[in-house]
Amino acid sequence: MAKAVIEALVARFPDDVYEPYEGVGGDDCAFVRKDGIARVCGFLKADPAMAFNLAPYITAVDYLGAEPRFEVVYNLYSTRHNHRVRLRVKVPESDLDVESVTPVWAGADWFERYCFDMYGIRFRAHPDLRRLLMYDEFVGHPLRKDYPLRGRQPLVPEREVKDIYRGPGPGGRD
Amino acid sequence: MATDTEILPGITTRREEATGFFQKLVSRGLGWARKNSLWQYPFVTACCGMEYMSVCSARYDIARFGAEVPRFSPRQADMLMVVGTVNCKQAPILQRVYEQMAEPKWVVAFGVCASSGGFYDNYATVQGIDRVIPVDVYIPGCPPRPEQVLDGLMLLQRKVQNQSHKLIDRLPRQVLPAGGER
Repeated sequence: MAKAVIEALVARFPDDVYEPYEGVGGDDCAFVRKDGIARVCGFLKADPAMAFNLAPYITAVDYLGAEPRFEVVYNLYSTRHNHRVRLRVKVPESDLDVESVTPVWAGADWFERYCFDMYGIRFRAHPDLRRLLMYDEFVGHPLRKDYPLRGRQPLVPEREVKDIYRGPGPGGRD
Repeated sequence: MATDTEILPGITTRREEATGFFQKLVSRGLGWARKNSLWQYPFVTACCGMEYMSVCSARYDIARFGAEVPRFSPRQADMLMVVGTVNCKQAPILQRVYEQMAEPKWVVAFGVCASSGGFYDNYATVQGIDRVIPVDVYIPGCPPRPEQVLDGLMLLQRKVQNQSHKLIDRLPRQVLPAGGER
């Protein structure tokens, strides 16, 4: 069934979708050009024959030494038709901006924040692109292959939280 | 002929001895009282927490050592038990909990992660909580057996017993002006 998905994708987006192949375990995969990912995903979500209403996992890969260096991987699933597809987008290091798919799947929000946190890939039109796991003062992106293996970050002081009501007692943080 | 100044040190020494004896007695009593009522604050972040529960519950029964009262407010606790991995994001919180505890206070690093970072030799983990707060007893193990924890607790009790506790060390009371300005 998913074979039909790939064929429909290639037929509809001949410029954006290329090199379809069958991945390990029979998953249907295809490469998508960086500029077309939001278009392709919007079609996959909206079209009733596709109906990919779930993005179970979006992640990134760092192929250090290869060109283009990064890759964003979109694993998509349709609960209505029970089919899956995997889209891969190559991202060169010189241009790390990728179109966000948050307008298509609201659940892509944290996945994209994760990719930004760990790999430094920036998603255009993302509503709130902050680090997800690491703290704001963290320098660098830890899952990049050139991040030092035993890289240590200096410990940061606790941030003052402004919106906590601390009661009518003597002034001061405690 | 001996002058007063030559005799006086002898007298003061004996007086110091006398007060020293009394202070030691009080210190030993205080130490005994403190070591047998170590109220703990469990700072549980990871899987060592299971072992901590085992220590606290009936079979290993930390209550035999007077440490059966976990207080979930640092202000009421004497012993901070850091149970599990502390990452860099968590470190300021741990430091704050430690600062909120009232003196006297002791810290136990429970398990290798709290003691040295354990096998989390990576970008996110603090390599031992002694980079953030002072530690009295390190309990190794991944996770440590409850017997090890009890052994560590007994070590801490020995330390508490042998500490010199001051009888009176009172600062003049601070009066806060009305209106709450410190």
